[in-house]
Amino acid sequence: MVAFILRRALLAIPTLIFISFISFVIIQLPPGDYVSAYAAELRRMGDYISPLQEAAMREQLGLNDPMLVQYWRWISAIVLRGDFGYSLDWNAPVSNLIWDRLGLTLMISSASLVITWLIAIPVGVYSATRQYSFLDYLFTVFGFLGKGVPDFLLALVLMWLSFSYLNLNVGGLFSPEFQNAPWTLAKVWDLATHLWIPLVVLATGGAAGLIRVMRANMLDELGKPYVETAYAQGLSEGKVVWGYPVRVALNPFISTVGWALPALFSGDIIVAVVLNLPTTGPLLLQALKMQDMYLAGSFILILSVFTVIGTLISDILLAWFDPRIRYA
Amino acid sequence: MTDQALPPIKTVDHKEDLYTAKPWQLIWRRFSQHTLALVSLWFLILLALCAIFAEQVAPYDPFKVSRLRTLAPPTAIHFFHEGQFVGPFVYGLSRERDADTARVLYEVDTETVLPIQFFYSGDKYSFFGLFSADIHLFGVDDRREQINLLGTDDLGRDVFSRLTHGARVTLSAGLIGVIFAFVLGLTLGSISGYFGGWIDSSIQRLMEFIRSIPTIPLWMGLAAALPIAWDPLFVYVLITLILALIGWTHLARVVRGQFFAIRNEDYVLAARLAGASEYRIITKHMLPSMTSYIIAALTLAVPEMILGETALSFLGLGLRPPIVSWGVLLQDAQNLRSISMAPWLLSPGVAVVMTVLAFNFLGDGLRDAADPYGQ
Repeated sequence: MVAFILRRALLAIPTLIFISFISFVIIQLPPGDYVSAYAAELRRMGDYISPLQEAAMREQLGLNDPMLVQYWRWISAIVLRGDFGYSLDWNAPVSNLIWDRLGLTLMISSASLVITWLIAIPVGVYSATRQYSFLDYLFTVFGFLGKGVPDFLLALVLMWLSFSYLNLNVGGLFSPEFQNAPWTLAKVWDLATHLWIPLVVLATGGAAGLIRVMRANMLDELGKPYVETAYAQGLSEGKVVWGYPVRVALNPFISTVGWALPALFSGDIIVAVVLNLPTTGPLLLQALKMQDMYLAGSFILILSVFTVIGTLISDILLAWFDPRIRYA
Repeated sequence: MTDQALPPIKTVDHKEDLYTAKPWQLIWRRFSQHTLALVSLWFLILLALCAIFAEQVAPYDPFKVSRLRTLAPPTAIHFFHEGQFVGPFVYGLSRERDADTARVLYEVDTETVLPIQFFYSGDKYSFFGLFSADIHLFGVDDRREQINLLGTDDLGRDVFSRLTHGARVTLSAGLIGVIFAFVLGLTLGSISGYFGGWIDSSIQRLMEFIRSIPTIPLWMGLAAALPIAWDPLFVYVLITLILALIGWTHLARVVRGQFFAIRNEDYVLAARLAGASEYRIITKHMLPSMTSYIIAALTLAVPEMILGETALSFLGLGLRPPIVSWGVLLQDAQNLRSISMAPWLLSPGVAVVMTVLAFNFLGDGLRDAADPYGQ
C-alpha cells in the first residue's frame, strides 16, 4: 500500500512540472502583453501612455526577457517562497487576491457538493430499487433535463423568476447594505436568501448526472447472488440494500471525489460570472481577459495541481475502499 | 416429438428473417423501437434543414436594424378575426411611450389584420454566395409591420431570424469540432489499441495529461489567447479546434477499448489464419464492427461541443458579435434587466437545451442499437 502511494505520488511530479510549463505558455500565447492591454484600457478611458513609457514599463516588469527566463523566475518563486507573483491588474500580490475569495468559494462549492450527494445517492437507490415506477420515470426525466440545461441558463432563469415574481434582490451574495457590514444575524439571513440560487443551480446540475450513475450501478449490483443470499437470510429490505449493494455502487463516487477538489477551488466559473458571485472564478475570467499573466497562470496552475492531487487521492481511496483493486 | 415438429409457421419466418437480416437492418430495427430517439432524429433533421436554408426560413435579414421596433414582444398567430375564419394572420403592433418613464410600450392593434404570406418576396439575400434571391418561407406584406415569432432584440432585429442563422453556426461548430476530434481520436485510439506496448502507454500518458488539465479554464485560457482583431471566420475554426482538443481523448478511449476487445475475437484470428494482411484485417474486419459504436460516441460528443461553444461565446471568449451563434445571442440575455423586460431573449437558450437533449436521446438510441446481436 505504502509503495503504491509512493509510486503514484512520484508519477505525479513530472506531470506537475509539465503542467506548470503549459500554464505559463498558455497565458503567454496571446499577441501583446499586459502593458499593451493596459495601454488599450487607458486609451478606452481617454487617457494616454507614450510608447516610451510603455517600453520603460516592460523593462521594469521584466517582460522583455526570454520566456524561459520569465518562466523560471515565476516557478522558482512559487516553489521556493510560495510567492505567486504580483497581479499587475489589481496591483496586489496574487496570493492575497486568491486568499480573499477562497473562503466564500470553498463554502459555496462544498455546500453544493454535499447537497448533490444528499440528493443523488438516495434518489439513485430509490430509482434502482423501484425501477420503472412513476417516480423513477420522473427522476429519469429530471436527469436528462439536468444534462441538457446549461448551468448558466438555469441560473439566468432562476434569477429572472425570483426577481420578477418573488421580488428578491438577486445576484451577488449580499444586499448592498450588508456588503461591508460586520457579521450579524441579519447579514447571515441576507446571505441565506442570496445563497439558495447558486446552491440549487450547482446541486441540480451535479445531481442529475450522478443519479443516473448511481441507478445504473445499483441495477448492476441488485441482480447479483450476494444480494439474494442476504434476502434469503431474512434481512429486511432496508438492511439488505443499504448494507451491501449501496456500498459497492458507491465506488464511482469515490473515484470521482478527487475531481471535486479543483471544482471546490474554482467554483463553477460560468455560474459565478452570471450570478456575480465574489468567488475565484470571475477573477480568473477577468485575469484572462486582461492578460494579467501572473494571476491567470497561477490560477490555471493551482487548478491543475489540485486536479492531479485529487486524482491521486481518489486512486488511494479507491484502493483502500475496494480490496479487489490491485496495486498495479 | 410430433408436438415440437409443428411450431407456428409465422415465428419461423420471423426468425429466419432475423437470421438473414443484414447488420444495418438489425440496427435500424432496434433503433426504431426507441421512440424518443426516433423523434429526436426527426427533430434534428428539421433543425439541420432550418440551419442550411436559414436565409429562406428566416423572414428577415438577421442584421436588419429597425429603430421603431426595439424589444417588441413575440407576435401571436391568429386564425379567427372577430369570430370569422380568415386563415393564419397576425395583428399589427402600435408603439407608444409611457408618459412618465419614457419606456416604449407595445399594444396589439386588433384593427390591422395582416395575413401571413408564404413564399413571400422580402429582404434580398445571397445563398452561400451561390445565387441571390428574395424568397422567404413566410412573411407579412406591409411596409411598417413585421412578423416576429420570437420578438425582437434591443436593436429591433428579429430574434427568430437570428436564431435560424445562429443554428447554422452553432450546429456546424459542433459537427466540425466532432470531426476534428474524430480524426484525432480515431487515429491515436486505433494506433494505441492495435499496437499496444510502449506506443500505447505513451499515448495513454498524453491523454491522461490532457484530461488532468481542468476543461473550462483550459478552454478559457486558449480562447482568450485568440486576438480580437482576427477574422471572425478564422476565430470560428480555431474555437472548434479548441473544443476538439479536449473532446478527442474520450473518443480515443472508446476506439482503443473496442480495439482491445476485438483484437482477440475468433473472427479476427480466422482472418489472420486465412492470410489476410494487417491492413485488410483492420479495415475490412475490425473497423466495420466498430462503426456503430463510433457513430454513437460521436453523436454523444456533439452536445458537449455545442454546450462548450455556447458557454465560451456567452462569456465573451468564443465567437464574437458579427457572427451570430446561439452563445452570442445569449450574451444579450446576460443581465437581469434585459431578461425581465424581454424574456424572449432567452429563446436561444431553449434552442440549445432542445438540441442537446435531442442529440443525447439520439445517441442513447444509437448506443442501444449499436450491438443488435446482444439480445
